[in-house]
Formats: sequence, C-alpha cells, structure tokens
Amino acid sequence: MTRTPPLSLLALAIALVAGAAAPAIADDAATVQITLKDHKFDPAESTVPAGKPLVIQLSNQDATPAELESKELRFEKVVAGGGAITVKVRALKPGRYRFFDDYHEATTQGFLVAQ
Amino acid sequence: MLGALIIVFREAIEAGIIVGIVMAVTQGVPGSRLMAGVGIVAGVVGAGLVAAFAGALASALNGVGQEMFNAAILSLAVCMLAWHNIWMASHGRELAADARKLGQEVRSGARSLFALAIVVAVAVMREGSEIALFLYGLVAAGGTTASDLLVGSALGLAAGVALSAVTYFGLATIPPRRLFAVTTGLITFLAAGLAAQAANFLQQAGLAPVMSDTAWDTSAILSDTSLVGRVLHTLIGYSDQPSVLQVVVYAITLAVIFALTKAFAPRVVTRPPQTPLTQNS
Repeated sequence: MTRTPPLSLLALAIALVAGAAAPAIADDAATVQITLKDHKFDPAESTVPAGKPLVIQLSNQDATPAELESKELRFEKVVAGGGAITVKVRALKPGRYRFFDDYHEATTQGFLVAQ
Repeated sequence: MLGALIIVFREAIEAGIIVGIVMAVTQGVPGSRLMAGVGIVAGVVGAGLVAAFAGALASALNGVGQEMFNAAILSLAVCMLAWHNIWMASHGRELAADARKLGQEVRSGARSLFALAIVVAVAVMREGSEIALFLYGLVAAGGTTASDLLVGSALGLAAGVALSAVTYFGLATIPPRRLFAVTTGLITFLAAGLAAQAANFLQQAGLAPVMSDTAWDTSAILSDTSLVGRVLHTLIGYSDQPSVLQVVVYAITLAVIFALTKAFAPRVVTRPPQTPLTQNS
C-alpha cells in the first residue's frame, strides 16, 4: 500500500497541460527583422515602439548555429546555421536593451531602442 | 581556448550539479548507479537529437516549438522532483528505520529511481544540446583555431564533471540522518528554480503574457552568468532579472512541494526522547 500518487498520473497531467497550452498567437505586435551574418547583427541597433509587444525575426545567414539571448529582454533561443527564428518580446518601457549570441557574447551583440 | 572552456563549463554547471545531487540522494539504493548512467546516456542521446533537429524544433508549433519543448521537459523534471520528495517523505523514514522492509519497498523504490533518471536525462539533454551546437559551430567554422577550441571545450566539460563530483562528495560528508532533510530541501528549491525557468519559456512563447515586468534587477550585484550566480541559479533558482510571473511561479512551486511533502509524511513517527532546548531570546 502506498499513499504516494502514481507516477503515471503525474506524467499524464503534464501531457494534458502541455497539450492544452496550444500556441495562442496574438496580436498587434511590431515586427523587427534582424540578420546575422559573419557573426554580426544587422542592423546592430533597431528602434522599436515602446509599450507594444514585439516579434523579432532573426535570419541566420552563417553556416554555424547561434543562440540569440538577452537577459533584459528575457529570451534565449537557438537558431540553426542558415536557419531562422522568431522571438516574442513583452511590451517594453523606453530604453536601450542589449541582446547577443551566447556563443560569441563578447563580439556578437545588438540593441533594441524602445521609444 | 579559454573562451570555449568557459562557454562549455557554464552550460555544464546546471547538469553537473543536478547529477551530483541526484547521485547523493540515491546513494546506497540498489540500482542507483545504473539509474544515473541510463539518465546520462539518454540525456546525451537526446541532446544530440535536439541539436541535430534544432531548426525543425524552432519552426514547429508556429515558431514556438523550442520554447514549448523546453517548458514541457522542465515541467516534467519539476514533477519528477516533487514526486520523488513525496515518495521519500512517505517511505524514506521507514526505509531508514527498518532495513527488513527494504525488500518489499524495492519495487516502488525503483519507480522513484526512474523519476530521478528522468531528471538527470532532462538536465543533461537541455545543457548538452547547447554544448553540441556550440561544438558543431566550432567544427563547421574550421580554421586553425578549431582544435585549440575543442581542447578548451573538453576541459570545460571535464570541469563540469568535476563540479558534479564536488557536489556529490560534499553532500556525502553530511551525516546520513541529516542528509534526508538536506536533500529534501535542496530538491524543493531546485524544482522551484526549474519551474521558474519553465515559466520564462512560456512567456517567451507568448503563452503567458501576464506579469512580464521585471521584478528586480540585481545584475550589478550578482550576475546570474557569473560562476557564483550560475551555481545559485541551479541550486535555488537565482535570477538577476526575473519577471514577476517567474517569482510567483517559484513561490507557488516551493509552497506546493513543501505542503505535499508534509501531507504525505507518515503521521505516526517514532520520536526520539525530547531533550530540553536551551532557550535564548
């Protein structure tokens, strides 16, 4: 006799939660397009509207994978060599926000300027 | 070389600590070494697959496949850790108190080991896939520095394994009767930290567009990418710029696991004779 909930029940619960959370794509988001080439972001600095959710579309034109990451913008996402990703960003307060490639943090960085 | 060492080591910290804790928790349980081994191998294989299909994963589910995948496996790890704590609370004392019972409990014990094997596999897979991609990038880029960078990566990985050993042997110095309380606490905080990370991925996927403001910014005091910050990030879920939602999820996970662990603990426990405590107030 065990009073512990069965493991299978927990696994089922997780599957249900994961399944129920179908991607609900909103919105009136502003889109920012950025290209990564030769380990440089282009444009290195983008001006975006403040107070509005954003979608960053990153196209990686290098053959090597990169990890787009930002602590202030709170995302981290792998992009394959020659691949593309989209990243959602919350509505920002005015300011300058840094993002970078986690594999080349010192040299590969860019900024969003929210106005 | 140093750069590659640091990048790989940084990715290996979380997995290293988690493996060390899990091995300490299951110390002496029959089959626990096998469990850790299976978890690590499954994690490495999973990491290779995740890295190989990174592009497909990223574009899955309307472009939020990577976030959903991370959130799902982190949630799985959180549930497995919670389940382990509950199981230990309801059985651990009996096991310690009466070795003869061990025989009949081994079967449900094996289920607890299975839960922890999943935790190990998830930790290795998540961090390992990023290391695999980084190494792939080094090799693909070629050039004269690639071999130098690979040596750095190997050293970084070795440092991660060493951290795992430090965690394990550090916990092994704790007297057995204390170890249960310590590991229960460790696992609870570990799980809460992973739950907060899962919440972050849901926010990144745009599925939880609430409480997204930054709760605090302590990056100037202790960056969570520094060595100490990274270790604390794993152990207690420290984050230098968490969202409000992350903080809320963290607190709820802590509270729920503590409450469940208490609720499932045997009501009748044999207490040692009460010794008067010195009161100083």
